[in-house]
Amino acid sequence: MDAIQFLIQQQSEIIEIVLLSLLVSGSATIISALIGIPLGAWIGLNNFVGKGLLLRIVYTLMALPPVLAGLVVYLILSRSGPLGELEWLFTPSAMVIAQCLLVTPIITGLSAAAIASKEGIIYDHARSLGATRMQAVWTVISESRTGIIAGIMTGFGRAFAEVGAVMLVGGNIRHYTRVLTTAIILETRQGNFEMGVALGVILLILSFIVSSIVLLNAKDFNLGEV
Amino acid sequence: MNLFEITHLTKVYRDRTVLSIDKLYLERERIYAVLGPNGAGKSTLLRILNLLVEPDSGDIKFVDGQLLKQGHKSYDMARRMCMVFQRPLMFSTSVYNNVAYGLRLRKLPHREIERRVSEAIDFVGMQDFINYPATKLSGGEMQRVALARALVLRPEVLLLDEPTANLDPHSVQVIEEIVRKHHQQFGTSVIMVTHNLFQAKRMADEVILLVGGEVVEKSNAEDFFNNPSNERSKAFLDGTMVY
Repeated sequence: MDAIQFLIQQQSEIIEIVLLSLLVSGSATIISALIGIPLGAWIGLNNFVGKGLLLRIVYTLMALPPVLAGLVVYLILSRSGPLGELEWLFTPSAMVIAQCLLVTPIITGLSAAAIASKEGIIYDHARSLGATRMQAVWTVISESRTGIIAGIMTGFGRAFAEVGAVMLVGGNIRHYTRVLTTAIILETRQGNFEMGVALGVILLILSFIVSSIVLLNAKDFNLGEV
Repeated sequence: MNLFEITHLTKVYRDRTVLSIDKLYLERERIYAVLGPNGAGKSTLLRILNLLVEPDSGDIKFVDGQLLKQGHKSYDMARRMCMVFQRPLMFSTSVYNNVAYGLRLRKLPHREIERRVSEAIDFVGMQDFINYPATKLSGGEMQRVALARALVLRPEVLLLDEPTANLDPHSVQVIEEIVRKHHQQFGTSVIMVTHNLFQAKRMADEVILLVGGEVVEKSNAEDFFNNPSNERSKAFLDGTMVY
C-alpha cells in the first residue's frame, strides 16, 4: 500500500522517469536496428573470407557485459577521451550510445542467423519469378521478419532492463538521466524495497506493451507491397 | 527457330563435373522430360537455363536471342521463363499476394494484376483459397499456388524441377492436368525434371536422358520408352543401370 501511495504522490516524477527510459532505450533500439539489420543481412546473404570470424565476434559481443560497455563509452566521452569535447558524459546521449553498443550486436547476430537460414531457397524463388538482385534481397529480408523482429525485441529488452552502463555514463541524475532501472537501484539502496518492486512491475508492464505493439504491427508487414 | 540451343555447357562443383553438354537443341511448344539418376545434372541444367546457377563454360541461345554468351547473362530473357521447384516456397502472406508477386515486381497496373491473378488462381482451381494464408496450405495446394504464381507471368517456358515428387497420386494428377492444359491452351514449352518414368510417359513429347552430366539420349518419348537406341537408356529403363 505504501508503494501505491508513493507512486501516486510521485506520479509526475515517475512519468518523467518512464518517458526518459522509453526515449533512451527506444532511440538506442532504433539506431541499432538501422545499423544491425543491414549489417546482419549483408553477413547472412554473402559468403566471404573471414565470415566465420566476424560471426564469432558478433556473437561474443552479444554477451558484452553492460558495465564494460559503459566503461568503454565513459572512457571515450570523458574529458581526456577522444570525444571529450562533446561533453556528452552524464547526459541521455551517452546512455543511448552505451545501449547501442549492447543492442547492435544482438540485432546483427539474430538478423544474420534469421536471414542465412532462409536465404538460398527464397532468393532462388524470387529470382525465378523475375526479381532483380535487390528485389530478391528485400524479399529474403521480408520473409525473415519473424527472426529479425525477435532480434529487435530482444535488443529492446536488453536495453530497457540494463542498469550497469546507464548508471556509469548517465550518473542517475534526478530529473535528467534517471531511468527506471537506476531508480530501482536507488530505492533499493535506500531500503524502499516496495517502491523498488513497484518500479520493476512498471518496467515489466511497459516492456509487455511495447512487445505487443511491435508484434501486432508485424502481422501487417508482408509482401503485399513489394 | 529452336527454344534453346545449348553448346559446350559445363558445370564443375569441387573438381566434379556435374554437367557436360556438347550440343543440345530443344524445340518450342514441346513437353520435355529430363530423366536420369540422382546426381546426373538434371536440376543443375534447369537452374542454368533459369540463370540461377552460373556454368563454368558454354553458350545458350534462347528463341531469338542469346540467354548466355561467354559468361554474359540476359536476365530480361530469363524473365520469359519461370521455374517451379520440388518444394515450393510460399511467401508468408495470402495466396493472392503470392500469385501477385511477380506481377508487382514488373510494376503492372493494379487492375491488370487483379484480373490476371484471379484468372491464374481459377486456372489452378484454388479460387476458394484466394485470401487464405499460403503457408497453411497442404503440399499439393502449395504446388498449385506455385504453378499459378509462375503461369500468371505467361512464361514461354515452364521449368519444372520434380514438381510432384512429394505428392499423393491425386495431387500428381491435378498438377499434371494443369501443366497439360496450359501447354495445350497457350503453347507453353515445358521442361520437366522427373524421376517418375510413368509421369514422363504420360506427359512428355520428348525425353532427354542425362547420366553423369552427359546427354545419353534425346529422342521422341514413344521411341525412348518402346525402342531405346542406347544401351544405357535400356539399362536405365530396366532398372539395371549401375552408376
